[in-house]
Amino acid sequence: MDEQGTFRVKAGLAEMLKGGVIMDVTTAEQARIAEAAGACAVMALERVPADIRAAGGVARMADPVRVKEIMAAVTIPVMAKVRIGHFVEAQILEALAVDYIDESEVLTPADDTYHIDKWKFTVPFVCGARNLGEALRRVAEGAAMIRTKGEPGTGNVVEAVRHQRLMQQQIRQAVATPEDELPVYAKELGVPLDLLKAVHDTGKLPVVNFAAGGIATPADAALMMQLGSDGIFVGSGVFKSEDPEATARAVVRATTHYRDAAVLAEVSEHLGEPMRGLEISRLGPDDRMQDRTQ
Amino acid sequence: MRIGVLALQGAFREHIQALARLGVEGREVRTVKDLADVQALILPGGESTTIGMLMEEYGLIDAIRESELPLFGTCAGMIVLARDILGSSQPRLGLMDMAVDRNHYGRQRESFETEIEVTGLPDGVRGVFIRAPVVTRTGPGVEILARHQGEVVLCQEGRCLAAAFHPELTADTRLHRMFLDRFVTKAPSHHR
Repeated sequence: MDEQGTFRVKAGLAEMLKGGVIMDVTTAEQARIAEAAGACAVMALERVPADIRAAGGVARMADPVRVKEIMAAVTIPVMAKVRIGHFVEAQILEALAVDYIDESEVLTPADDTYHIDKWKFTVPFVCGARNLGEALRRVAEGAAMIRTKGEPGTGNVVEAVRHQRLMQQQIRQAVATPEDELPVYAKELGVPLDLLKAVHDTGKLPVVNFAAGGIATPADAALMMQLGSDGIFVGSGVFKSEDPEATARAVVRATTHYRDAAVLAEVSEHLGEPMRGLEISRLGPDDRMQDRTQ
Repeated sequence: MRIGVLALQGAFREHIQALARLGVEGREVRTVKDLADVQALILPGGESTTIGMLMEEYGLIDAIRESELPLFGTCAGMIVLARDILGSSQPRLGLMDMAVDRNHYGRQRESFETEIEVTGLPDGVRGVFIRAPVVTRTGPGVEILARHQGEVVLCQEGRCLAAAFHPELTADTRLHRMFLDRFVTKAPSHHR
């Protein structure tokens, strides 16, 4: 009998995206540019994070018409974002048959306590995390893919680096922790013991772990890959750059050949101005999307 | 014996782990130069448009065609091996005389796992189908090894073996074993 929506099928699609670049797009035209550049998936959005920052107000799920236009424009998987805790937006995206749902801090949270119960859905979810505790809590809720939060819409990679390094440090600590001390470490992190035990045994998260939040150049993408990311999300970095087509192509190639400095040098040429970017310390507490939930 | 796994994008790590479970060394292949060190090549699942494009740009399409390497393609790897891809002009190896239909079952919501009977294996395998293709036409040289609801999902021709599903996502290594025995070492298969 055919079984749909098993965790293996959900997490399996994320495995297929590994080593690839998922690009934020707001129109069918941008989606076609991303696909032609070699993106392994696109994220359908009303506005890219940099514009969400600029616009202010409440950021919500994209208009279904926009999502459907993007789905019709490309053959690669299409993801879309819902507000944290907004399970009805997720039901709508599932009805539209998007391939992955991002329960995202980039949008304004709809629930300040509970994330979506992602086990109830056939469509898989990706969630942001700043550390191992957040990552495993999201997996416990049914997330089939994790990405760092970074600081979206800034074009500044420092927060994504911080989150990926912390994640890797805590994974190493989980591996090194003796089995009889794992329950206390699990309590400290606020995660289920069995998931921490899985990390202890395998030395990695139970699901794929991408980098996101501030990646703007091919070098940024390769940096995050060398720090142990499984793949890359580029939000504003492509379509807020001077030459989106060239930037998109370069980021894809840098992600594939992330350890080959000669390729990285070659693809970094003639890209024009990258997105302008923001200094993180200039952001006020309300501007920090990464702090919206734990 | 060293088996290459095309590592441009996709689930290459899982194939290397499956090979390791069989005691065989897997090696990531990203460039033409990497092909010199391997006795066969696995083309993993991933996005076939991305993988085909990167293969073409880095000269791998011609190099793999001209090599005599045995090839095992899964999902996107099957698409890349096919001569005809319905509705697409994406770059491909085109080494198998067949046509494939990408995303045949629909979008991710329709992805599934199921039991698959394989010719030559005593018990079925767990087929994990993720936005999977099927083979819609096979030439006279293509031998069909498995079907799902009438559609061809595992087949071989010459030096190529192609699966529409993902044996690398399960603990079962029998299809990898079959590839090594029939295509690479060409020794009679072991019974375990």
